[in-house]
Amino acid sequence: MLDILLYVVFPYVAVALAVGGTIYRFLTNQFSFTSLSSQFLETDIQFWGSTLWHYGILPTLLIHLGGFVAPKLMFFLHSTPETLYLAELAGKILGIMALVGAGAMFYRRVASSKVRMVTTPADWAVLVLLIVQVVLGLWMAFGYRWGATWFIHTVTPWVVSLATFQPAPQYVASLPLIPKLHFLNATLLIAVFPFGRLVHMVSFPVSYLWRSFQLVIWTRRRVKLN
Amino acid sequence: MKIRSQVSMVFHLDKCIGCHTCSIACKNIWTDRQGAEYMWWNNVETKPGTGFPTLWEDQEKYKGGWELKKGKVELKLQNRAQTLGNIFSNPALPTMDDYYEPWTYNYGDLFNSPLGDDQPTARPISRIDGKPIEIESGPNWDDDLGGSNIYAVNDPLLDNMTEEEKRRLFSIEQLFYFYMPRICNHCLNAGCVAACPSGAIYKRAEDGIVLINQDKCRGWRMCVSSCPYKKTFYNWSTGKSEKCILCYPRLESGQAPACFHSCVGRIRYLGVLLYDADQIEAAVKAPDAQLVQRQREMILDPHDPKVVAAAKESGIPDGVITAAQRSPVYRYVKEWELALPLHPEYRTLPMLFYVPPLLPVLNATQNNGTQRVETDLFSSLENARVPVRYMSRTLAAGNDELVIKAYQKMIAVRIYKRAQTVGDVTAEEAAAALAKAGMSAEEAEAIYHLTSLPSYQERFMIPPASREGDIEETYDPQQRKAEAGFGRSQGARRGL
Repeated sequence: MLDILLYVVFPYVAVALAVGGTIYRFLTNQFSFTSLSSQFLETDIQFWGSTLWHYGILPTLLIHLGGFVAPKLMFFLHSTPETLYLAELAGKILGIMALVGAGAMFYRRVASSKVRMVTTPADWAVLVLLIVQVVLGLWMAFGYRWGATWFIHTVTPWVVSLATFQPAPQYVASLPLIPKLHFLNATLLIAVFPFGRLVHMVSFPVSYLWRSFQLVIWTRRRVKLN
Repeated sequence: MKIRSQVSMVFHLDKCIGCHTCSIACKNIWTDRQGAEYMWWNNVETKPGTGFPTLWEDQEKYKGGWELKKGKVELKLQNRAQTLGNIFSNPALPTMDDYYEPWTYNYGDLFNSPLGDDQPTARPISRIDGKPIEIESGPNWDDDLGGSNIYAVNDPLLDNMTEEEKRRLFSIEQLFYFYMPRICNHCLNAGCVAACPSGAIYKRAEDGIVLINQDKCRGWRMCVSSCPYKKTFYNWSTGKSEKCILCYPRLESGQAPACFHSCVGRIRYLGVLLYDADQIEAAVKAPDAQLVQRQREMILDPHDPKVVAAAKESGIPDGVITAAQRSPVYRYVKEWELALPLHPEYRTLPMLFYVPPLLPVLNATQNNGTQRVETDLFSSLENARVPVRYMSRTLAAGNDELVIKAYQKMIAVRIYKRAQTVGDVTAEEAAAALAKAGMSAEEAEAIYHLTSLPSYQERFMIPPASREGDIEETYDPQQRKAEAGFGRSQGARRGL
């Protein structure tokens, strides 16, 4: 029963909150979509913290997604001992980068009185959840080795089962505590996505690569007839 | 020919008295809010000096504007791929220390201090975190400190001056300084627009005002770095960037922007320029010495029937064309060639033009200040107390000729009027001066009038916003009337 609550109901609620909440927030309060950068107030630690964090966590996130979307490809990539070893190493390096970066960002929010002024309780909550998530992830990387392979036989079927509306919590229910905590915290992060600064993820400006440099807009004529 | 209209500006530096009324008018209306306290959309600098933010003209530090690289014009800051790569930490972001930390005073202490032998004081406290601070810089921190060995000496524009000129700049009774009011230049090839990863910054086609869409801004701060004039600012409280909006709500209702309206020296002119947008690309690729000339060529004669026809075809309303024909800016920039753009070498095609300051008219080689203007000034313009080279570095990308030409005209107008009003200059001398500057008596008279005696309406030729037509096209006028003046009622608050 508890398993169904934690690994079926909770993920569905979390995703519904994330998608619905983000769309609602975008439609009603687009002004609040920003990176909320505090680099203007403190730039030295920000450079190391933000750069290490983002360059560590984004590839990690993409690799996780790859495990859900293209499990066969990922399995193939890890099929020889050499590549598996390489994958483990890369994962650990990226995770440590992210942890150091997040730690630096945590430190500057404590240490700089100016940055503290622009830090809300929601910012703290998000930062703590992220650090917990990375710590749990690294714990698994070192304590439960070869995740690149067992991931595909446990987490992938679980997530696929949820995505295809044939929930099968048993794939993860019997795993040890640390992986379970990692999954639950991830679900929690998805749930709180629209309520804090995490929404800046969806504003990553890919279209800058091809948009024209200068933008000239007829303000009034653009208004549509109603 | 793709014709666009641009509400442009001329600042006549000879008339600026450095009173900062413009800055205060702007501050009171637009930036008296948390997160914007440190911003001065309009500021007045003492030149030579370090400016605001400190050393903003040093593009090796701030990476603003464009660069000509192998025939291509690229943002000095970074290319498109680098923009996405650097998005987590802007590599050239000026921080609060480059501006100043806003402060207030702990006035409560004056009233609440216990009785004692000493007078209570109101200590300065930071407006960021409320802690007591030592005030080490502020808005216009080097005001009137031309010739200062701490501030003016660091002016980045002094790099190409001769030793003699530099010595003069810092010696008592020979030094000079002038005031430079600055607002957003509402450029045609704006660095801020090009650098914005979100595409939130745009130029309004109606009047060329460059605006930041606060809803689309995601706070990546690339505009702050890429504006070579440092006229986009990051609001540390809301997490959005902001800039001068040329008081567009005032312009739309026929009023001059607040800084223009309040200008005590009446140095500011505002009017429409029609320009050929197809020429932008070629104009920004011109070599330094030709940049001003190319920009002038882009600006079209609104009296030319061909231009008028093309403008109508491009969708410019009749009222705007009429306003362009009466524009004081057109006269200063194109007809008389007196006004020059600020730092054209940044290649943003700024649309705010400056008439270089002539004062003091004294020749540096004469100390008693008794020489007669008409005999000495032409021959000694090269030795004038305001070195031509400094002005051309500021306003003409190093092309001395353009500045000398403008100065010759201004001097000729003086001599011409002096012959009329004082009488110690003969009419022949005046005619010779006009001939040397290559201008007619009518032109001198017109320059004199628009410089010294212009009415409010002559200084500000504000184009009609053609609201009625546009409104009827889009809304029921009655509904529009009920809504006018009210946008979204939501406050600009940080995050959720």
